[in-house]
Amino acid sequence: MTIADSQSSSPRLDSKVPGGPMDQRWSNHKFDLKLVNPSNRRKFDVIVVGTGLAGGSAAATLAEMGYNVKSFCIHDSPRRAHSIAAQGGINAAKNYKGDGDSVHRLFYDTVKGGDYRSRESNVHRLAEVSVDIIDQCVAQGVPFAREYGGLLDNRSFGGAQVSRTFYARGQTGQQLLLGAYGAMNRMIHAGRIDSYTKREMVDLVVVNGVARGIIVRNLVTGEYERHAAHAVLMCTGGYGNAFFLSTNAKNSNVTAAWRAHKRGAFFANPCYTQIHPTCIPRSGDYQSKLTLMSESLRNDGRVWVPEKEGDPRAPQDIPESERDYYLERKYPSFGNLVPRDVASRNAKTVCDEGRGVGPTGEAVYLDFGDAIRRDGKETIASRYGNLFEMYERITGDNPYEVPMRIFPAVHYTMGGLWVDYNLESTIPGLFVLGEANFSDHGANRLGASALMQGLADGYFVIPATIASHLAGRKLEAVSVNDDAFKEAEAKARERADLLLACNGNRSVDSLHRELGNTVWNYCGMERTAEGLQEGILKVRELRAEFWSNVKVNGDPNHVNQDLEKAGRVADFMEFAEVMFNDALVRDESCGGHFRAEHQTEEGEARRDDENYAHVSAWEFTEEQKLPTEHREQLTFEEVKLTTRSYK
Amino acid sequence: MIQKKNHGDLRIVLEVWRQNGPGAPGAFEEHEVMANEHMSFLELLDVLNEQLVESGQEPFVFEHDCREGICGSCSMTIDGKPHGPRDRTTACQLHMREYRNGDRVRVEPWRANAFPVVKDLMTDRSAFDRIQQAGGYVSINTGSAPDAHAMPVNKENADMAFDAAACIGCGACVAACPNASAMLFTSAKLSQYTLLPQGQPERDQRALGMVEQMDAEGFGNCTNHYECEAACPKGISVTNIARMNREYTRATLRRRN
Repeated sequence: MTIADSQSSSPRLDSKVPGGPMDQRWSNHKFDLKLVNPSNRRKFDVIVVGTGLAGGSAAATLAEMGYNVKSFCIHDSPRRAHSIAAQGGINAAKNYKGDGDSVHRLFYDTVKGGDYRSRESNVHRLAEVSVDIIDQCVAQGVPFAREYGGLLDNRSFGGAQVSRTFYARGQTGQQLLLGAYGAMNRMIHAGRIDSYTKREMVDLVVVNGVARGIIVRNLVTGEYERHAAHAVLMCTGGYGNAFFLSTNAKNSNVTAAWRAHKRGAFFANPCYTQIHPTCIPRSGDYQSKLTLMSESLRNDGRVWVPEKEGDPRAPQDIPESERDYYLERKYPSFGNLVPRDVASRNAKTVCDEGRGVGPTGEAVYLDFGDAIRRDGKETIASRYGNLFEMYERITGDNPYEVPMRIFPAVHYTMGGLWVDYNLESTIPGLFVLGEANFSDHGANRLGASALMQGLADGYFVIPATIASHLAGRKLEAVSVNDDAFKEAEAKARERADLLLACNGNRSVDSLHRELGNTVWNYCGMERTAEGLQEGILKVRELRAEFWSNVKVNGDPNHVNQDLEKAGRVADFMEFAEVMFNDALVRDESCGGHFRAEHQTEEGEARRDDENYAHVSAWEFTEEQKLPTEHREQLTFEEVKLTTRSYK
Repeated sequence: MIQKKNHGDLRIVLEVWRQNGPGAPGAFEEHEVMANEHMSFLELLDVLNEQLVESGQEPFVFEHDCREGICGSCSMTIDGKPHGPRDRTTACQLHMREYRNGDRVRVEPWRANAFPVVKDLMTDRSAFDRIQQAGGYVSINTGSAPDAHAMPVNKENADMAFDAAACIGCGACVAACPNASAMLFTSAKLSQYTLLPQGQPERDQRALGMVEQMDAEGFGNCTNHYECEAACPKGISVTNIARMNREYTRATLRRRN
């Protein structure tokens, strides 16, 4: 059965996946796509929202090709987008280590790691272009780690059985982003990109069913601006801050995606969120964000909790025989290196049993004692020195002497706006790249794959597929004085006015924190139908409280960070309900989505491939109404569906 | 009346700079916050801002984002030191365990003509972007790169290039310098490419372009105080400045017109 004739697929979701052998689909598709003649490209304006790895690489590449690019970011410089904070590395099927890696193996691992909830053809393309990304970045001068012979070094990451991860000490994200930013700067200097910083997209403008522009608020002057183009690319990241506490940057938000959703872009799989197992636990109510400690720590650190509930002893006083190295015990073949979802859920389980450690009881130990005895302090310092230093700075504990305390935290969101094989959303002319789309990671993302996907979308996919829209459709002339632009701007102004007029008693942060608690408690690492239903009611109550009791001070015509936050939190309040609904209708466990009703006797996730091997994409209907679910059936031709086992 | 939240027993008196815009007069405002040792410095400001909002006053504007010391957004001088008292630490990674009960702490924006105050602690650092636009890249179009292993790079040079590339573009070097010089920043960017084979074809025009843009932005000159290196949260070395001076001299002598 192919996707097109599947009974359960919505006719609104045409994935446009090409046919033919898997390893030739992308090449054939590129050949079949229409082209825009180089001398015609200058006639097309393209808006790129966001300057992370996806947006930065797309803006630079499209400008190099000759399109007129307008780039927007909420920061004071494109370099500050949150891709910059990625630590670990970027995967590529180069097989430089000769340990049996290949495009097919990276493809296979990613589909399996995603718990069989991603589109095979997309993932295969991702694995194919991964090798070109490394070539491109090295040519730009990205200082990847090298060996003494002068060639690039690789490491195994996040439990991969081959060494395919390229890295730049603990700041691979920054170095890759600076590469893309440099490529952008070259095009800005050449007058091919107009860069608009400190601009927040507050609405998408759709003219006759086609995305033709955006409304932005200038975050310094408070002015609203209208920008028109022939295509809009949204590269605006994920929605992890719905949880308030996450490893996302403070300004990361769902607003651009949510505004597009309300204009007709379907939101796919919002319940797929990734909870990263190695974060520094929270210390108090004032906590503003959580800090990730690189997953690479699990290569040498051993995870344990005391055997006994509520053991009050310091870790060094607990003898070996009274420690439970629960990952090694339950998963002898992968041990501490099980995938992120498995590691996170097990940490929650032992804490729920009352065996959590630290002042809050919400932490487990990550112990380097054995590694230091085996390899020496110096070796461990050379591998993780900067991470240990960061840990000590934040917690005041020295991890060379006492085990680290870690706990899972929201880190990445696999869900996002639905896109077809061309990365086009359900609104023609609106393309979505990077974490903002529902992407190639299925229900769980493997380590070092986010950077790969962002750059694949921006450097290699969109430059080819955007022609399907620009050359394939007749695009009428639009002006920023058209009614659609006026209406969108008026609505955005009205929303801000409402927030300012509310004049209640509660700060935006206190409401956001409460929303985050609700999402974490009811739609976090473990979900139940009952809890989700209860959570939906709580979210609704809180949304009503927000609109009646929020307090936003200050001048709307100047820098007003409170107003910015309020607008974003208002959107999170609406978005959260769709997330809950999605988690509720997905009556199975898969990847990062664990429904307590669906587990094996040993507590492992139980997928239901017969009924849920599909993408759920939500269509906005009207305010305060349930969205409509559409389904795209997933078919698996190359990878056999099996139960993931890491035992 | 400001409603205080009690998050611990560490009493901190903050003097924070309030200024409505580039030309407007500014002044320090005094506020008290109850903190605890695990809080980060920015969380202390969050608590202060929440108190202000709930008491109907305007919160202080300050730049921040990743809160992991890598995005380079945070930019405040704490008790006269950019990013505060701890070495190699951005303000977001500074924690209150550095302070004692009753401490008085003064917080102000970067002070430099080339970084005008936008509001309160926020300054306009777009000059850094323009310096990089003037040559801080390798001109290579996407898709035209050779295989990554086609060009081995001496590990020592690769490591030095990385040390320079670790710059997060925060501007602490400028804020720390008595001349408000941007030479540490510019030289770090320049050095990354100078040390790598990929950077060689554009070596001269990069040095000329970046240095000339840096001067045009109104940054001061280097007179070897080394305050920049001491303030840099990433420990960027002043040897980069020496390298930039050599590169600039070399490029000037080789200039064809």
